[in-house]
Amino acid sequence: MSLLSVRGVTRRIGRRAILNDVSLDVDRGEMIAVLGPSGSGKTTLLRVINMLDRPDAGTVLFRGQDIWAGNEEETRRSMVMMFQKPVPFSMSVYDNIAYGMKLRKMSKQEISAAVEEALKLLDMAGKESQYARSLSGGEAQRLAFARAYVLKPDLLLLDEPTANLDPANAGIMERVIRETSRRLGTTVILVTHDMYQARRLASRSAFMLDGELIEMKPTAELFSSPDDPRTARFIKGELIY
Amino acid sequence: MQAINLIISLNPEVIDITKLSLQVSGTSVILAAIVGIPIGVLIGLNEFPFKRTLRNLINTLMGLPPVVLGLFVFLMISRAGPLGTFGILFTPTAMIVAQFLLVTPIIMGLSIAAASAVDRVVIDTAISLGARKLDTMRLVINEARPALITAVIAGFGRAIAEVGAVMIVGGDIRWNTRVLTTSIMLETRKGQYDLAIALGIVLLAMSFFINFLVSYLQGRRK
Repeated sequence: MSLLSVRGVTRRIGRRAILNDVSLDVDRGEMIAVLGPSGSGKTTLLRVINMLDRPDAGTVLFRGQDIWAGNEEETRRSMVMMFQKPVPFSMSVYDNIAYGMKLRKMSKQEISAAVEEALKLLDMAGKESQYARSLSGGEAQRLAFARAYVLKPDLLLLDEPTANLDPANAGIMERVIRETSRRLGTTVILVTHDMYQARRLASRSAFMLDGELIEMKPTAELFSSPDDPRTARFIKGELIY
Repeated sequence: MQAINLIISLNPEVIDITKLSLQVSGTSVILAAIVGIPIGVLIGLNEFPFKRTLRNLINTLMGLPPVVLGLFVFLMISRAGPLGTFGILFTPTAMIVAQFLLVTPIIMGLSIAAASAVDRVVIDTAISLGARKLDTMRLVINEARPALITAVIAGFGRAIAEVGAVMIVGGDIRWNTRVLTTSIMLETRKGQYDLAIALGIVLLAMSFFINFLVSYLQGRRK
């Protein structure tokens, strides 16, 4: 059974369909990439999966259960989304990373150990007491990842995690994403418009365009032999957007 | 010079008037903040039918003329009024009630604006990390703290400088309901300019202190 099944999901804003009859399955421990130009519905897909937006049609099954039918809070707390624009909360780095753990009423010792581990993993050791809003863009992005990482979610939703980063910070981010997936067995859905990143990280990739999921297959295959001419054009860089 | 002497010598009447002003305005603002901030943040965070109408109504109440409000409270709490049995007319309690009603829309209106200005990503991130409605509200209050402090201080500024409502419901009774603004008015009309100036200096010093406090608190956040 797949960890996540998106079945025929449509999401509209006014009359416009931001997502149009999207279906996909993600297995436990798998890392998939969702590719597509800006405005293709990638972020909306993550928001619907993370229960931030309700679909107008279709269902999202998580561990076989409709996310809106069962225990909503438990489902929501099994997954975390990291947003493209990282906004640190107006508090210290430590309190930012500890935020989700405090909500889950974890003990001070557990929180402290987890924060320390996350800071070390993300090359941010020694910054615990720094005011988070004073971090650089790259550090803020890493902080956002740390905030999600410490919760050890079953499903991690990453929206363009390296879009605004310099190569060094992007490298760190990719390393920790890979390690998180490998070490913790976390299922990851990575939204990116960077095809090379998808190649480096994802076992399968999906291509979205104008709210539709055009195709999804093993990443190498998607790049070498796409089924749809629109995917081929995107890969060749011919799709103007 | 006589005015300065009245302050330096800690003239008992000046002290009493200042203390009562702080007590009345302080209490009304604390109560208004307790009511106005959570409701304002709730309104700012949520979308619901007639939200715009409600905001317009609150904005209108922000500019409510104090004398009109004073008259309304007077009619409510005077012996013949519906709340006359409480017997609070011409007491500091009546003045607190009037100022509370005057200041609450100000704090609420500014709190709505403060909560609405918080980046939507902050709220979505909190929800994604597992925050419930109350947790999100707490986080938004923390995020909007500088603006909320300003809202409270603005409310206090309005309360301490207000004269019409407290005059009507408090009656300006010496050693009982006389506050800085009502005293300045009375002493000026009596020709007691020294005392009026002394009280004016105290009021100005308070305003200066409050503004200093706001800039300090906002500066510290940066």
